[in-house]
Order: sequence, then C-alpha cells, then structure tokens
Amino acid sequence: MKRLLAICCYCLGLLLSLPAMAAEKPLPTELAPLLSELTEARLSKAIPVLDALEAEGGEAVQPLFSYMLEGDLYYIKSSRQVIAVSEAAGQETFIDMLSGAELTPLSSREIKKIRVNNRLRGHLRDAIARLQLGSESASVRESAVRSLLSDLDDGTLEAIRDARLNEPSSAVRDVMDMALALHRLNTAGLAVDRIEAIGQLEGSLEGDVRNALNRVAERDPSPQVQQAAFRALTGIEQKVEFYAFVDQLFFGLSLGSVLLLAAIGLAITFGVMGVINMAHGEMIMLGAYTTYVVQLLMPNFIEYSLWVAVPAAFVVSGLAGVLLERLVIRHLHGRPLETLLATFGVSLILQQLVRTVFSPLNRQVASPEWMSGSWEINPVLSLTLNRLYILAFALLVFFALMLLLKKSSLGLNVRAVSQNRAMAKSMGIPTGRVDAMTFGLGSGIAGIAGVALSQLTNVGPNLGQSYIIDSFMVVVFGGVGNLWGTLVAAFSLGIANKFLEPVTGAVLASILVLVFIILFIQKRPKGLFPQKGRAAE
Amino acid sequence: MKIKSLTAGIALAMGASTLSFSVLAADTIKVGVLHSLSGTMAISETTLKDTVLMMIEEQNKKGGLLGKQLEPVVVDPASNWPLFAEKTRELLTQEEVDVIFGCWTSVSRKSVLPVLEELNGLMFYPVQYEGEESSKNVFYTGAAPNQQAIPAVDYLMNELGVERWVLAGTDYVYPRTTNKILEAYLKDKGVAAEDIMINYTPFGHSDWQSIVSDVKKFGSAGKKTAVVSTINGDANVPFYKELGNQGVSSEDIPVVAFSVGEEELSGIDTGPLVGHMAAWNYFQSVDTDLNSEFIQKWHAFTGDENRVTNDPMEATYIGFNMWAQAVTEAGTTDVDAVEQAMIGQEVPNLTGGTAVMNKNHHLSKPVLIGEIQDDGQFEVVWETEGVVPGDAWSDFLPGSKNLLADWTAPVKCGNYNVETQSCGGQAN
Repeated sequence: MKRLLAICCYCLGLLLSLPAMAAEKPLPTELAPLLSELTEARLSKAIPVLDALEAEGGEAVQPLFSYMLEGDLYYIKSSRQVIAVSEAAGQETFIDMLSGAELTPLSSREIKKIRVNNRLRGHLRDAIARLQLGSESASVRESAVRSLLSDLDDGTLEAIRDARLNEPSSAVRDVMDMALALHRLNTAGLAVDRIEAIGQLEGSLEGDVRNALNRVAERDPSPQVQQAAFRALTGIEQKVEFYAFVDQLFFGLSLGSVLLLAAIGLAITFGVMGVINMAHGEMIMLGAYTTYVVQLLMPNFIEYSLWVAVPAAFVVSGLAGVLLERLVIRHLHGRPLETLLATFGVSLILQQLVRTVFSPLNRQVASPEWMSGSWEINPVLSLTLNRLYILAFALLVFFALMLLLKKSSLGLNVRAVSQNRAMAKSMGIPTGRVDAMTFGLGSGIAGIAGVALSQLTNVGPNLGQSYIIDSFMVVVFGGVGNLWGTLVAAFSLGIANKFLEPVTGAVLASILVLVFIILFIQKRPKGLFPQKGRAAE
Repeated sequence: MKIKSLTAGIALAMGASTLSFSVLAADTIKVGVLHSLSGTMAISETTLKDTVLMMIEEQNKKGGLLGKQLEPVVVDPASNWPLFAEKTRELLTQEEVDVIFGCWTSVSRKSVLPVLEELNGLMFYPVQYEGEESSKNVFYTGAAPNQQAIPAVDYLMNELGVERWVLAGTDYVYPRTTNKILEAYLKDKGVAAEDIMINYTPFGHSDWQSIVSDVKKFGSAGKKTAVVSTINGDANVPFYKELGNQGVSSEDIPVVAFSVGEEELSGIDTGPLVGHMAAWNYFQSVDTDLNSEFIQKWHAFTGDENRVTNDPMEATYIGFNMWAQAVTEAGTTDVDAVEQAMIGQEVPNLTGGTAVMNKNHHLSKPVLIGEIQDDGQFEVVWETEGVVPGDAWSDFLPGSKNLLADWTAPVKCGNYNVETQSCGGQAN
C-alpha cells in the first residue's frame, strides 16, 4: 500500500515537473510583439491574440498557454516582459517566457498577473489540446482528442485528420476515429453515411456521443437513421446504468468507511469497556487539529504530512484519552449517567480550548497532490482518489485493530477485563492499567479518524459534534462489543444512505436511516451481532 | 493578531466609557451594535461590528453629529435568535439608543422586527436577503433578490448561454425563497421544468459525492449547465472540493454563489474554486479611489494588513453614512423624522456611482459578477449598466406580485396592494 502510494507520488511529481522543464525552451523572437500585446489586451480582446500566438508559434507556445491556464503568467510592469512564476517547495522561480532564462527574484509589486476568465480558460484548454495532438505520449494525445470532442469545428477536425495519418497507437486511433465518426454523424448528407457512423459509435460511453445520438434519434429526417441511433443508444444506456450503480455503491462504501473510522474507536471504549464517552467526537477533532499543526510545522512537505500526522494524531488523542480516563472516568466507574454528563462536559471544555487556542474559524488543512483528483475508469465512471484512499485506510485500521485485540497480550487482557472484571482482577490482571490503555487505544484511533476526516470536511471546533451521533448509531446498530458488527453496520448504513439520497434528498435520507435504526433496535435491542454466552451478561 | 485586536477592543471600550463620562453632561448620540460576537455566526458578524465601530470613530473625529459625540453600545446576541429580540429591547428601553446597526441571518431579523415596531426603533440591516419584507423601522442596505440573484441568472443566460439550471441551497428560509423566485423567473423565461434541478442540503453538509455526481450527470445532457448556489457557510468548502475532485471545472459547469465572499474565501484553499463566480454589489478588488481609501482605513483600524473587505461591510458603510446625513438634515435623532429624511439620501458607492435610498427602504445599487481568483479575490467579469433599484416584493411570486412598499405620504405602507388599493394586502 505504502509503496504503491510512493510510486503514485513519484509519478505525479514527474508529471508536475514536466511543464517547468518545457518552459526553458525559448520562444521564437517574432512572437515578442504578440506577447506584449497580450499584456495590454483586455479580457474580452485576448482571444484573437491567443489565436495569433497559436498560429505563429505552433507547439512552442504550449508551455505559455499552460502557465496562463494555471494563472501563473505575469508581466513585469516596467518592461512588459512576460514571465512565468512557478512555486515548488515554497520557492518561487521566475522564468522569462521569451528567452527561457530564469530571472532573479522579483517582488510582488513589480509584477502584474495576466488575468484569465472562464471563456479564456476554455479557449486555452482547446488550444492546448490541439497542440497536444503532436505530443510524444499516447495518453496525452488520447485525452487531447477526448477534450476536443465537444467542440468539433472544421479546423479542429482537419488537425485530427492529419494527426490520424501518422498515429502509431491503435487506442488513440480509435478515439480519433470516434471523433471523425461523430463529425460525420452530425454533418453527413447521406443517410447511409450517418448509419455507418452510428455503427462506429456503438458502445461508446462518451457524453458527447450520447448527446449526438440522442439528437439524431429524435430529429433525424430518415427513419432508418433514427432507428439505428435508437438501437445504439439502448445498448449504451444499459452500460451507463450499470456504471451508475457501481458509482453509487462506491459512494455508499466511501460514506461507510468514514462512519467506520469514526465509530471504530467508540466500538472499543463504548462497546468493549461500556463507557458512554460523549467526548469521542472531540478526540476525532483533536486528530484533525494535529494534522493542521503537523502541516504548519512542515509547510514544504505537505505531500508527506499525512504520514507524520497519523502517528502524531494517535499519540495526541491517545494521551488525551488516557488522561480523561485517569482523571474522570475511573472515578465514575459503574455510574453510566454521571459518566455521560462528565464526558459531555469534557467535550465542551475541549471545544472551547480549541476555540481559544486556534480561533473559532475553520482551519485550512491542505490535501496532498496524490489525494486530489480522480481515477477515471471510463467516461461515466470515475472514483475520487481521496475517498478511495480513505476506504482502504479504514479497512487497514480495522484489521490492524482486530489483529491487536486477537493476537497481542494487551488484546487478551482487554478481552478478559471486558468479559469479567472481577475474575480478571483475581487472576492478577492490572485492571486499572488495562482500562487506561484500552481507553487510550480507542481515543487514539479516533485521532487517526480525525486525520482522514480533515481531508474530507472542515476542520473546526464543531467537527466532532457532527460525527458523535453517527458513531453511536453505528456501534449500537452493529451490536455492542462486536467489531465485526461495527464493520457491517457502518457499510450497510453508508450504502443505504447513498441509495436513498437521490430518491429522497439528503435531509430525508438521514431521517429515514435514523427511523429504521430505531425500529430495528426495538426488534433486536442488542444490534446485528449480539454477544452470546456468558460474556453477554 | 488576536491579542492586538483584543487590546484594541479594550482600549476602544475604555475610550468609549471615559468618553461617555466626560461628555455625559454634553449628551451623546447612542448607536446600538447588534451583531453576534460568539456562536456560529460570529465569524461573519464580528467583522460588521468592527466596521460600525470604525465608522463611529471616524465620525467622532469629524466632530460627531449635531455637535454631539457618537457613543457605541455593543451587545452580543450570541447567534441565538430569541436573544436578538431581548437585546433589541434592552438597547431601546435601557440604553435608549437612537439607531441600531445589526443582524445577519433572516431569522434574527424576523425575531427583532416586532420589538422594533412596538418600540419604534430604527435599524439598518446590511446583508443580502430574500426580500418579501419592508418595515417602517428597518432600512435594508444589502441586496434584494432582484439586485443579486436575478442579474446573476441573466448574466449566465445571456452571456454564457446557460440552458440547464441546478438550484442548490442550504435548507432554510433564504435559499428556499430565493430559489422559489428564481424558479418562477426561469420558467417565465421559457426554461422547461426538466431543465431545472433543485436540491437542498442540511447546514454544514459535508458528503457531497452523490449530489456532485448528480449535477455532473444533469450537466452532461448536451446543454450548457450552471449551478446557482445558495449554499451557506462552511458547507461550501467540501462542496467545491468535491467538484474539483470529480473533475467538474468552472468552464464546464460554472457555479455562481450568493453567500460566498472575500471573508468566506479567506480561510480556504481557493485552488479548486478558480473561475467559479459570485454575485455581489461590491468586491474588494474593484479599483476606485474611494475603495482603496476604505481598505486602507480598515487595515489601519484592525491593525492587520491581510483583513479583507466584503459586501456587507460596504452595505454597513453606506447605511451609516446615509443615517449620518439624514440626522444632519433632520436636525434631530428622532426616529420618525430621520426615517422620512432617509428617503432620497445619496451616498457614493465604494465601487463607483451613487447609492440612493428608495421609498421602499431599499437601496439602488450596481450589481457585479466576479470570478474567483487563486488569491481569494474576485475579478469582475460583468456589471449592470447603472444602478438597480431594490425591490422589496418580488414580481415573480404570485403572492407578492401586486404588492409594493412606499413609506412616503400618502401611501405610507410596507405592503400596499396595488389591485385592492389597500394596505396590509399581503397574500401569504
């Protein structure tokens, strides 16, 4: 897992460093007047300048366009020199676009940004895609053709047709053929040609293809063409529906993994020890804030910050848990109502503490590059990477905990104490210490959950509050004292929620799930997987 | 920074109290400040409290009003709606303030309203809101729906060619009313019902996966799609993050928001938001002399070079200056006299042009659309020609179509029904 991530990081790093390397190639000098025109043009007048740049400069302007698209293109106010400002590891580098030379650092007052708006961004993206048709990497060429699908004018088509002639990769040729077929479907005069185009497009999941087929199926003058388009569409729609189902299942699993992470610590403190800990949410919050502090301490290594944050959060929240157990809960043993009130008080204290130390405003936790974006499987199915990693992480934590409880001596002690405290004590197990360790373990895992949640939601003083109810719900539903129950409960609640949501809306979906759990608990008070035998007493 | 502002606050409070002692005999004009300084709304409202204090300080430097110094009375309604009403009563009966600047959420305004009307107080409300209201005792200096939502939709429809609409909002009164108005307006413009998708989420919603995926699906039907967002508060951050992660860029499906301003963006990574839009009457990035002067003063007052300015601050600025002018013109702080003097007052906008107070207690202001930049500021991409007069009662809702507000003689009514020619003709 770790190695895989490291490789991913490395590849992403390579990808990111590509434009910077390309920029060192100088631009042809005859572009100088156009460049200075670019610094003067208003937003609405910039498109002709860009077109001229593309026509004259050809592939050479691609880095310029990329910088502009990213908003990294500036000019020096005094000399109107166009420069690119790129930032890596907290270091800004200034590159003169015309000569490709690196400049001495400039202050932000000396330079002015070349502004872009949505229209320019769209235009730049298309221009870059056209230029990338000649790129060396097949995957770049392929995605270039795909992004051109929505905007097939004659010039673009000509470029694709030319590129098609010398295209070595068959995968890219297929996409190019699809683009050509799409164009033929839209423009061909003869019905036979259109039907042939439909034949080529059959099975494609591209949104543009589906839209074109839809249009044809409704409005084409020839009934045969309409029928062919309709047949092709039915085949495509079936596939789309299947992938939509997979997508929804993934959303459910992802929500389930968040619930699992939040609840698994509680499954230990509440499930195994029987302590109702209302401050559990705040342990999650502490973990999230630890991530924030770790990122503050290592601003240049955000990519690796999470690897540091996970153990750090475990230690911080774990220690907070041990303290809480030693100072408060120990004295309230066997009095659940007082424990509930006392831990609720502690949760308010912790929230206020965070408000005082960090301010009541939400803190910004950055997402490492390797956790952003999505894994595109096909045009209708893409899984977001952060959710995917968190799903894997939740399962990892779950099985590690399982192993710890089943195989280690601490786990043995914990199980012994939770089954029969008096007997365990008389066998010489230091129950007080085991209690503290168990509570620390549960809290530490809540801290780890905080690290994961900091990647999904806002890190603020109220973070814990929004998860405490869900956590209790999962543990109770799964059956108190049973980790497997927690796992099954988390995923089934997550999936149920996500399948209800499109039908009922987000508000009603969570209400329905809650109502279901209430009814279920009426029927089976001990949850999905109740503990059996003497241990249950 | 925190300590600095705290000490500044203490110094100011002490200054104010010594001030009130020294000039007690000379009598002061009391200005109530009713903004939450704790609880969920503190994030937004504290800024407005500071703005009012800054304006008061400045006015006092100029010699106060009617030869008297202004004295701020700051109370904390703690984001607790019923407490807003209690604090208003306290301000009006015990402190006997002459004017109140306050409220942010619509629910707090609704809770204050009966107290203001009962005790005949005067309040300035500086935030964009859903309309459908006009009280004799309140001046609305924020945008009504026709000064924010409708122009934004016009921009998307006419300039970007948007044909399919997602109206996404947090589940409470402002998004629901605004979306009702927008839905009626869009249908009026010939948009079919299947081209409008409406979605509500709870406060602080964080799991946007399936909603964003629905939006993506809705937007892949071949027609240009845009999201009109009335999503409130910090739920915006995971929403925009999810948009970025699922690869929805602002060129494909732009989001235009009515509750996201410079202040909200100052705490978050704006990378995935670049190119999405917001509609306001003011942006910090607007380059005018008046605006840069205002920003400079704000930085000097807060002692923090990085504090941003935003639309409700400009609304507070305009409201305060108008009130000061009206008091000077009326020669008294008496509520009825000031109320009449307010109508027709003009104050230059920070973004250029002039804001005028209309008979319905709403302002005429310009409307700007800005695209989010990666430094958390907005780049203005479109603005209305001239100013738009605020409309208290929307023309697009059946219940309020025939209503108008006019606080001048002979109508003197906040909900005058043009059809039945009677006051109080509110249909719902």
